[in-house]
Amino acid sequence: MGSTELKTIRVLIAKPGLDGHDRGAKVIARGLKDAGMEVIYLGLRLTPEQIVEAAIQEDVDAVGLSSLSGAHLALFPKIVELLRSKGGEKILVVVGGIIPKKDFAVLKEAGVSGIFGPGTPIPEIAKFIQENIQEK
Amino acid sequence: MNQKIKILVDRMLSGDKPSLARLISLIERESPEVPEIMELVSPSQLQPYRVGITGLAGAGKSTLVNKLTSFYRKQNLTVGIIAVDPSSVITGGAVLGDRIRMQQHYLDEGVFIRSMATRGCYGGLCKAVEDAAKLISVSGKDILIIETTGIGQTETEITKVADVVVMVLTPGFGDSIQLMKAGIIEIADIIVVNKADIEGADILVNEIRNELKYSTRKKDQLVMMVQASNDIGVAELFEEIEKKRLENNLEERILKC
Repeated sequence: MGSTELKTIRVLIAKPGLDGHDRGAKVIARGLKDAGMEVIYLGLRLTPEQIVEAAIQEDVDAVGLSSLSGAHLALFPKIVELLRSKGGEKILVVVGGIIPKKDFAVLKEAGVSGIFGPGTPIPEIAKFIQENIQEK
Repeated sequence: MNQKIKILVDRMLSGDKPSLARLISLIERESPEVPEIMELVSPSQLQPYRVGITGLAGAGKSTLVNKLTSFYRKQNLTVGIIAVDPSSVITGGAVLGDRIRMQQHYLDEGVFIRSMATRGCYGGLCKAVEDAAKLISVSGKDILIIETTGIGQTETEITKVADVVVMVLTPGFGDSIQLMKAGIIEIADIIVVNKADIEGADILVNEIRNELKYSTRKKDQLVMMVQASNDIGVAELFEEIEKKRLENNLEERILKC
């Protein structure tokens, strides 16, 4: 809206599905905090519905999802779809974890904007978020 | 009149959560539209009862908020929650980690949760909290729970925005000298010793009770032992907060007569 507003980027970090490995998600949460963002850390074992409802209520600019269990093709597109139907269509979706290269195209097609595998420097992720979030 | 703001406010007043969330962000960002937003929001007749939860970092405030919310929902009361965590003084970033304790309420239509960062404020709350509280109130909530950052002795802003202040301490807090100091006992209506299964809980409770004997600032202060994670003492705490809410309602009604 107004151009004089102080804009702090708000990001929600969550792990959907049955996957108990949250170290990566926590590393990202810390890194984005250090990049000056407000990170709502939602934790693990969440349903797509829970993640989307939280993203809406927190009015985040981006959602970061982590999956190491192989369920990304089932869960990530479902989250994008729910965001679109619940009024969060302008929320950027970035993902990470263990995502095979062959699945990248399917996820991008489904509306995932950025895919960041193990070893990605956090400033790279922060920069991507800064450059790709949408004005609401 | 900004049409976009008007639409957002109208939608919020009819209970639309995305619009409420958006408007809170505008307040947080100190948007030039804030005066316009607040003008459109006239305080409703029935203000929600405001429960302030404050206390040490890691004492169990968010866990208590989660449990208390369940009790309110069982009574069919709707709940708004504002949970504040600190912004980094170095980067301005924050990890807002209170909501994670409240997962069971994410999909409940009768609960709205908003995490907020302090953004340069030092009183345990943030600058936007009062206006955000007003918006959540007019969007139709019976109860508003405001959770502060973890506090020490100087973060007492909660007393200005809450009808009842619950102070959460844990065993190991300190000796009677710590309790004599300003900023802890004097601001609380109810003092909870959480994690009461840890050694030293009864000693702390005795010391608090002793301190209360000499407290001249507030009357009817309570001290309660709770184990929030084990659901011990939470029902009793809820009942005491409810008693205060009902007394408060009665007082308000008398004032209006």
